[in-house]
Amino acid sequence: MTSEIALAGFGGQGILFAGKVLAYCGMLADREVSWLPCYGPEMRGGTCNCSVCLSDDPIGSPVVNDPDILIAMNEPSFVKFIDKVKAGGYAFIDSTLVDSECTRTDIKVFKVPATKLAADNDLQGGANIILIGKLIKETGIISMDGIEATIRKMVPAKKAQLIENNMRAIRLGYEYAE
Amino acid sequence: MANERMLMKGNEALAEAAVRAGCKCYFGYPITPQTEIAAYMSKRMPKCGGVFLQAESEIAAINMVYGAAATGVRAMTSSSSPGVSLKSEGISYAAGCDLPCVIVNVQRAGPGLGGIQPAQNDYYLATRAAGHGDFFLIVYAPSSVQEMADYVVKAFDMADKYRMPAMILTDGVLGQMMEPVVFSDPSDSTVNKDWAATGHKNERKHNIINSLYLQPEELEKSNIARYKKYDIVKAELPEAESYLTEDADIIVTGYGASARIVRSAVNAARAEGIKAGMIRPITLWPFPAEAYAKTVDTCKAYLCVELSMGQMIDDVKLATSCRRPVRFFGRTGGVIHTPAEILEQIRTIAKEELK
Repeated sequence: MTSEIALAGFGGQGILFAGKVLAYCGMLADREVSWLPCYGPEMRGGTCNCSVCLSDDPIGSPVVNDPDILIAMNEPSFVKFIDKVKAGGYAFIDSTLVDSECTRTDIKVFKVPATKLAADNDLQGGANIILIGKLIKETGIISMDGIEATIRKMVPAKKAQLIENNMRAIRLGYEYAE
Repeated sequence: MANERMLMKGNEALAEAAVRAGCKCYFGYPITPQTEIAAYMSKRMPKCGGVFLQAESEIAAINMVYGAAATGVRAMTSSSSPGVSLKSEGISYAAGCDLPCVIVNVQRAGPGLGGIQPAQNDYYLATRAAGHGDFFLIVYAPSSVQEMADYVVKAFDMADKYRMPAMILTDGVLGQMMEPVVFSDPSDSTVNKDWAATGHKNERKHNIINSLYLQPEELEKSNIARYKKYDIVKAELPEAESYLTEDADIIVTGYGASARIVRSAVNAARAEGIKAGMIRPITLWPFPAEAYAKTVDTCKAYLCVELSMGQMIDDVKLATSCRRPVRFFGRTGGVIHTPAEILEQIRTIAKEELK
């Protein structure tokens, strides 16, 4: 099975990092993974996106044109990518920052006010990880054990307090009900 | 961490593998999309007794490589397309002096300053005209982050073995993407470099590293000798991956990032019942002509896919002796082809050439 994931939002929201978390998690599960950032003239405040592939087979193109799963964290990203999601796919939308309604009925759309949840729970900058929590709950492409192991590996020892913050963000997203 | 899978960018994996291959001197100058190589080396080199130096220009960097290589150490520089153009004079000098060294080109779109997105528009530069004069480079084209690591090691080994510069010709996709990579154990070059300028201590005749021959006959002799070496390299070094080619009616060919997308398209074509296969050159010079030649009797048409206006296609036509149609599909300017676009090309060929 192959999951092609597109993550998009503003620079500074942790789009590239969230993609790296997914790729790392896939790698720890002994899967084939790839992560490809857009590296154009992106900057903080501008739009930013990355492609992640998780697969049981060798990965061909690392460029995700038609994602199975979309994480959209701002309005321009939503507009740019929502029509490209494959039928039967998933979209996870940060509804604090995306006003548009999705009119597609052939994909599963989950609206999570991730930026607001992060702010309300003293997890500024954690909206990206909250959306990953929701992604884990709805798609099952990675496990809770897997994500915990990933975060423990990715967070350097001297920043150990970030492990609990990230896990709190994961659980917030996982348990969020619209 | 020796055999652990690590998630790294292609640029970083290449840099780490170069260090493990015994690269002691890295000279660079920043340019997107290869700057991670220089950044990684700036942190890593001081910790392993090596030299990292950000030169004042690409030209200075290649000439520092030229000097370091002349002393017999493993030396490397990296850049992206416009920066490699600047290095061409120094590369020619290194080739003229038979100096082993490694040059990395993480290609971006040209010509001119062009753009910063991935491209494969320096095939001619790498395989035909990396500088003035009669010479070639060994050119490797990795297609995954793992190969970015593996082939930089091989590039150092082969450069030493044949006493000639080697190039890693890659692109922004492979430089920027992350994939798991496993590093092999550090290797030490065992090549005897008795030609190196290391100080003769009045114990031997001094070694001269030089590419200047004012006597035409001497220069001709030197060039002919170098081409005899090239014949050996051409016999020993060509490397390619053939995928589903045995029964293929249509063979799609591409290198580096293009080959990954080609593989997706070939799999999709097979799923539709079209007998497609892939040849992926790993050495671009020497070109793995034999991999193509042995398919000419059974294959009915070829499709060359590049992120350029069509450069490698010349070698594909030569390798197949123009006995079958060789079509071309390319995107340029930093645009990357999709598997669906390539599949459409394969379908068209199936309709028009397989009657």
